[in-house]
Amino acid sequence: MNRRVVLLAPLAVAAASGFGAWTILRRMKEGTFDPHDVPSQLIGKSIPPFEALPALDGATQGFNSAALTGTGQPLLVNFFASWCVPCVIEAPTLMLLKQQNIPIWGIAYKDKPVAARAFLARHGDPYTRIAMDEPGRVAIDWGVYGVPETYLLDRNGVVRWRQAGPITDDVLETQLKPMLRSVA
Amino acid sequence: MIPELGHFALAMACAIALAQAIVPIWGAHRGDSRLMAMAPALAMAQLLALGTAAAALVMSSIGDDFTVLNVAENSHTLKPLLYKITGTWGNHEGSILLWGLILGLCGGAVAVFGRGLPSALRARVIGVLGGTSTGFLLFCLLASDPFNRIWPPPLDGRDMNPLLQDPGLAFHPPILYAGYVGFAVPFAFAVAALLEGRIDAAWGRWVRPWTLASWCLLTGGIALGSWWAYYELGWGGFWFWDPVENASLLPWLTGTALLHSAIVVEKREALKIWTVLLAIATFSLSLSGTFLVRSGILNSVHAFANDPTRGVFILGLLALVIGGSLLLFAFRAPALSQGGLFAPISREGALVFNNIMLCSIAAVVITGTLYPLIADFIFDHKISVGAPFFNATVLPLAIPVFAVMTIAPGLAWKRANLWPALRRLWWAAIVAALVGMIAAYGAQKVLPALAFAGAVWIVFGAAVEIIERIKLFRVPMGQSLSRLVGLRLSVWGTALGHAGMGVTVAGIAGMSMASERIVALHPGESVLEAGYDWKLIELHDERGPNFVSRIATIEVTRDGAPFLMLQPSRRTFPTQRMTTTEAAIHTNGIRDLYAVLGEERDGVAVLRIHDNFLAPWIWFGALIMASGGALSLLDRRARVGAPQKAAVRPGAGSAVA
Repeated sequence: MNRRVVLLAPLAVAAASGFGAWTILRRMKEGTFDPHDVPSQLIGKSIPPFEALPALDGATQGFNSAALTGTGQPLLVNFFASWCVPCVIEAPTLMLLKQQNIPIWGIAYKDKPVAARAFLARHGDPYTRIAMDEPGRVAIDWGVYGVPETYLLDRNGVVRWRQAGPITDDVLETQLKPMLRSVA
Repeated sequence: MIPELGHFALAMACAIALAQAIVPIWGAHRGDSRLMAMAPALAMAQLLALGTAAAALVMSSIGDDFTVLNVAENSHTLKPLLYKITGTWGNHEGSILLWGLILGLCGGAVAVFGRGLPSALRARVIGVLGGTSTGFLLFCLLASDPFNRIWPPPLDGRDMNPLLQDPGLAFHPPILYAGYVGFAVPFAFAVAALLEGRIDAAWGRWVRPWTLASWCLLTGGIALGSWWAYYELGWGGFWFWDPVENASLLPWLTGTALLHSAIVVEKREALKIWTVLLAIATFSLSLSGTFLVRSGILNSVHAFANDPTRGVFILGLLALVIGGSLLLFAFRAPALSQGGLFAPISREGALVFNNIMLCSIAAVVITGTLYPLIADFIFDHKISVGAPFFNATVLPLAIPVFAVMTIAPGLAWKRANLWPALRRLWWAAIVAALVGMIAAYGAQKVLPALAFAGAVWIVFGAAVEIIERIKLFRVPMGQSLSRLVGLRLSVWGTALGHAGMGVTVAGIAGMSMASERIVALHPGESVLEAGYDWKLIELHDERGPNFVSRIATIEVTRDGAPFLMLQPSRRTFPTQRMTTTEAAIHTNGIRDLYAVLGEERDGVAVLRIHDNFLAPWIWFGALIMASGGALSLLDRRARVGAPQKAAVRPGAGSAVA
């Protein structure tokens, strides 16, 4: 009897692993679990302070971290670049958000002013203010993976949400809109 | 036309495999010799159909038929011919077809070389292989069809991942897969034995060469992959503890255990249940590794198209193959008769000890590989487990293995005295201790010193085994020589296999003392590293067939005297918008001088310079290990044909002779 139990053990281990794998696969398909997702360390924390970044020449001014957190209302911070293909995909979504009066502050990541300006002329300018982070140092402090990357700050300047990669319609509906309602 | 033929052949192979799974096993169950006799023919027919399918895919790729989705996504008109051929298995669909083809080859090999097997056993083995094949071919046809068409076809293909356009990686997958899939044969033998409810020494003798062959191929495949990572990824390391690498290491560990426990079954008719379980476990681990990688569950640098839907299909397949065989194991294993008893201190005892240690290492590696996933899924923590964990856990478990693997060949079967076995190793122990002390003094680190001592102990221990057998210095020299010539190949095989392990361990220990330095140089500037002057002479561009190279020329001098020129380069592949590094490596067999060209900015080139002590020994040792296995295999083929005294059943014995 005892021996039989021992011989059943490998099957039990295999069955348990199989069940675990099946559960994981099911939740991956549902979209409730993504093993490749790396969450931002900034969630629930204040943004790291930074000195004033230069403005993109033109109407808008540059900003530092104090200006970013001092508006008293929630806002989106969007890291973008003219050389980034997914940023083009994201552009209409950002314009849509602008129409709904959601302030978006842009940080041009490792970009030349001329190129950034041309990019905004072609794809629209959704930004309230734009700063240039040409050396990419602020992006490093924030832990930016790549462009585009978007952060949602609440009225106290605390990071509530982050999207690495473009904000697709799906992300907009299922994640960003509920978050915007909760910080409003 | 050709892709349709290939697709048809694939479907045909699947149907034949299904027949191969049912007819022979039913025949063996009913004792119907005509049905059993169909097994080899079915296996050969399946192999033929699969060969046709694979050839069709290769021809589509050579002919740049971009209406085939797989070719369009992975090939390019400008791609060199070699990579047009090898590229067919460098992607998910093609690699699954390769899996199937190798499984078909295994079935064909059992059909051809297994003529001496008892016909019921052969029918069952081929039947089990057919069943496994059916599952894989169904997966290939339904969820990863390599012959899918697109219309309209693109003007040119998207080209293969440039990292894979490399001779080392062209042959790494087939060899590795042959190792993985080869373990299907011991698995089939184990399931067949469970179906029969009988295992004897003859079974052990049949299983061992198949295990040995797969083990050699797996050893070679892993070594080739690690070598590729070393020179192509330009990172300076050889093993990343990446999930895909771990997935190949796991079957190697349990396969090594299987190799040794099959000896005990053959010689002593003991450890039968354990051996059967190992055979099932080894193949299960081979399969699960594929599943974990292809389903996208584990994060890995080896990016195949991740797809949870495919994952569900493979999971179902695994549940059938692994679950089915373990269920059979749970119910039928108690029927296997207990074999010879042995004392703890005996050859069997030592083999059991190392079996347990190897499986413990495998368990530790599984834990480390899966823990990030478990932590993420259950505790919602993102962590990664890397080299520090594996080095701290695997090495302490490996050291007893090294100690015992050298002592074991000197122990007698059944009941042994430890003292004589230890006494004949006295000088190996002294040399090992000396080398260990020198290393501890030189490196100022404990673990490399221990590893060096272990390496010397293993290599010299293997030499002691040969010296003892030829009675060197105890009988006249001529007699020793004639004994040396008369030594069985399997004795050489064991000695080489063990010594190769020692060489690899020395290489790994040496690499832990490697030094590296990152420098930014203008052309004309030089830097002192590893006792040499490294001077960046110039940088220039060159055109390759489907890439552009940026080549740096570095002159290495020692005390002003020119020593060598190194030309590390960076290749840019415009179609894929990817860059690969081609490290320049100079080896003298003891150390590698290794240079990588990094980014350039404002006329300054970033160079990475490594001095890798004993690095080539890692792969050289693996080569020795694999050739030890091959020698042993040659010996077995000679011996299986010869009549011998071991407890061979009359039926099987006469069939063999």
